[in-house]
Amino acid sequence: MSTLTVDGLRVRLRTPAGEVTIVDGVDYVVEPGEVFGIAGESGSGKTISMLALLGLLPDGAKVEGQARFGDHELIGMPASQLRRISGRELAMVFQDPFTSLHPMLTVGRQLTEHVRLHLGLDRNAARRRAIELLEDVRIPDPAAALHRYPHQFSGGMRQRLAIAIALACGPRLLIADEPTTALDVTVQAGILRLLDRLRREHELSVVLITHDLGVMSAIADRVSIFYAGRVVESGSRHDILRTPRHPYTHALLDALPHPEGDTNRPLIAIAGAPPTPGRLPLGCAFHPRCAFSQEVCHTVVPPLDEHRDRRLACHVDPFSK
Amino acid sequence: MRGLALQDVVVDYHGRDGVRVRAVAGASLSVDPGRVVGLVGESGCGKSTLARAAVGLVATAAGTVTFDGSVVTPLTRRARPAELVRLQMVFQNPYSSLNPRRTAGSQIADGIPSAGRRQRGPRLQELLELVGLPTTAASRFPHEFSGGQRQRIALARALAADPAVIVLDEPLASLDASAQAQLANLLGELAHTLDLGMLLISHDLAIVRHVADDVCVMYLGRIVESSSTQPLWTAPAHPYSEALIAAVPHADGAGEIPASLPGEVPDPTRPPRGCRFHPRCPYAFDRCTREDPVLVALDDGRAAACFLQAEGAGVRPLAGSGT
Amino acid sequence: MSDVALNIRRAPRRLRLPAEWRQPLAIIGIVIAVAWLVIAIFAPLIAPADPLAQVYPPAQGPSSHHLFGTDELGRDVLSRVIYGSRVSLPIALALVAFAATIGTTVGAVAGYFRGVADGVLMRTADLVFAFPPIILAMVVAAVLGRGLFNAALAIVVVAWPSYARVARGLVLSVGDSEYVQSARLLGATSRRTLFRDVLPNVAGPIFVLATLDLANAILLLSGLSFLGLGAQPPQAEWGSMVAEGTQYFQWWWIGTFPGLAIFTVVLAFNFLGDSLRDVFDPRTARRVEEPEP
Repeated sequence: MSTLTVDGLRVRLRTPAGEVTIVDGVDYVVEPGEVFGIAGESGSGKTISMLALLGLLPDGAKVEGQARFGDHELIGMPASQLRRISGRELAMVFQDPFTSLHPMLTVGRQLTEHVRLHLGLDRNAARRRAIELLEDVRIPDPAAALHRYPHQFSGGMRQRLAIAIALACGPRLLIADEPTTALDVTVQAGILRLLDRLRREHELSVVLITHDLGVMSAIADRVSIFYAGRVVESGSRHDILRTPRHPYTHALLDALPHPEGDTNRPLIAIAGAPPTPGRLPLGCAFHPRCAFSQEVCHTVVPPLDEHRDRRLACHVDPFSK
Repeated sequence: MRGLALQDVVVDYHGRDGVRVRAVAGASLSVDPGRVVGLVGESGCGKSTLARAAVGLVATAAGTVTFDGSVVTPLTRRARPAELVRLQMVFQNPYSSLNPRRTAGSQIADGIPSAGRRQRGPRLQELLELVGLPTTAASRFPHEFSGGQRQRIALARALAADPAVIVLDEPLASLDASAQAQLANLLGELAHTLDLGMLLISHDLAIVRHVADDVCVMYLGRIVESSSTQPLWTAPAHPYSEALIAAVPHADGAGEIPASLPGEVPDPTRPPRGCRFHPRCPYAFDRCTREDPVLVALDDGRAAACFLQAEGAGVRPLAGSGT
Repeated sequence: MSDVALNIRRAPRRLRLPAEWRQPLAIIGIVIAVAWLVIAIFAPLIAPADPLAQVYPPAQGPSSHHLFGTDELGRDVLSRVIYGSRVSLPIALALVAFAATIGTTVGAVAGYFRGVADGVLMRTADLVFAFPPIILAMVVAAVLGRGLFNAALAIVVVAWPSYARVARGLVLSVGDSEYVQSARLLGATSRRTLFRDVLPNVAGPIFVLATLDLANAILLLSGLSFLGLGAQPPQAEWGSMVAEGTQYFQWWWIGTFPGLAIFTVVLAFNFLGDSLRDVFDPRTARRVEEPEP
């Protein structure tokens, strides 16, 4: 059975000028033990779609659709029930390791409180579990680390701490929102290795949200590309990143400076800018920036079609063989 | 000589509890007009501090900074000396480097020399065009622009002073992929068409590789390698450069997790004895724990601070150099 | 996610206030403030009676002749309340303007020159802060002597340090900002950036502070008058009218209506000040269109 099934997710937020649709009908499935990547630039709705599942949207937000997580339906779940699942079966790691850890509590306190609250362990068992968790995320000298405060650790270490807290109760699903974006590249590599190892060892599903396709390429099994609140392409990491078919995916990969590519050409930037939510063009949201757009693209929103090796939302499909 | 030159620059600052932190511990580099020099390194290496010292925003504790033959003195309450105005800076954060209460046009015009008052309007339009902004941008306020557009405004402001060298502190860091590519292309273009020297500070190696002609790699306050871009990538001379390059993930769908560096960046107030990088270096040997290598010139205009490399000789490839 | 510039389709420009002003509280604040302004200006035309004229019998309750009743000397309370606005409002406005000017200048000087000047000036401000405002105002007013003018002066003494602190903080933080550094790199003197970049950024928050402070000023002024240190009889001033009212509690209308007047004005300025805070925040983001490639 799939770990998470999202169907027809639609999120509308309230702004000074009325309602704006940020996520416009998104569906995907996350299987046990896999790393599912959600890729997109800022404004694509990737983070909001996750916050919707966790009930973390601002007041006045409207959410439609379904999100089945095991026996639970996350959309519309009452806050008290969500609190019980969050941290226990479902956990989240954020981009900023500075703000996601409590600055005034020791690491030990934060880990043991979490464990005692959700698993009901006594103090000694909780302490043992905390050390176990710190060892799992490779924090040096775990016993001493219990007595330290988050600010005494470096950025990469803090992210490991955040991961340890997230995994404390053995969740089935970990949502990681830009977990390595704020970190140096050598530190990032370490965290990616850690996430990969942890999900194999603990049979954990991971939803990895990031704008960095390199990071996606390193550990994701399957990838979904978001643009303007919709999924435009999704499939295995290998298929999507090696042979992208949606013009946006293709252009995004082209815009990246390839570490081994030809440096004499300028980078191929995508013309224009991502559309602002609430002011989407008619038809395909990408068509104003697309080199292959045709008449139909201006009027009809392309449906997400099933192909042999991927799902694709494009009328033209210019890169198919 | 024209351009920017830093020689053995040392910069200290007072951290928490008044402890003196040596952010830059002796760095030398030069930027000639028309050349883009990339300065790469990770957090805590001192590259931003070095950038600020290069333009005079912070004082140096030792060493010299010269621009076009004049010494770059730190800013005081007086106006910056006229001969230094052609050395400009673009900051990292596009949201805090523009005054939210003044129009884009008025801030760009800050840089237009007051002598040409009548030519101010046309010059402003020229600058906007140069950075790819519409003419209507002049009367708008910063909050009406995206991050990428704001960086262009900041760039136009720097260009207004007709600079010979611009120091850019992580100008692409806050932007998304499309904006990054556009801005990176713009920088490369401007450098070559306007014969502008650029010192481009960045943690993003891939972008630097595309835009920079030369690269300096910094670690814990020192420049550990300097070279023209292509050879650095194909055959790094310093183990840290090699590790940095190997850590960059490739978006090729192959599913390979890049190599990571063991350990952490040491506390700058207590650098390791001997070579600063040796505790994390896969090739470290006995001498590295006792002596601190200096940046020596190799042939081909490259330089490296590593005992594996011999002064004046060609670059020895690193793979397989283990003890 | 937070980077998204939400494009707001602006309503066609009819007689509409910008979005920030359309909050209900702001509207209430503006309406009340403007109403009192009009009342103060046109008092002689609006007031039904001479505020000093005494009618026999005194202390009549509210009636069709005297909407707010008459006080213990037979004077029309409504007219006195109306004329009272001519005292409280202009004086409060003037003294806030004065305190803001002095305070901002002191704070800006402290923040700009730092060093010894900063130390001396801010310690003086701290000295004033050490006392509860009403107590200090009382002492100063008592020393200077009775009368509205002296009461106003006392309040200025008490009010200026808040502005100094805010101004100093702003001058320091804006002075360190990257846009000021850019201007300096382009050749501007420190002084030039002070006037071009720093002070305009200081003006907004100071203005907001002043609007909120107006409410405090009116309260303090009324308080001092209540204590006998401000307006002297027979002048119609809200605070002293409330004081009279407490002596004649059985004739509730004497103190209640002036009290309500104070209440509405203070409320109005508080609402206004809060919404002004939003006005000075450039939040409405409209994207500039990229040129066609």
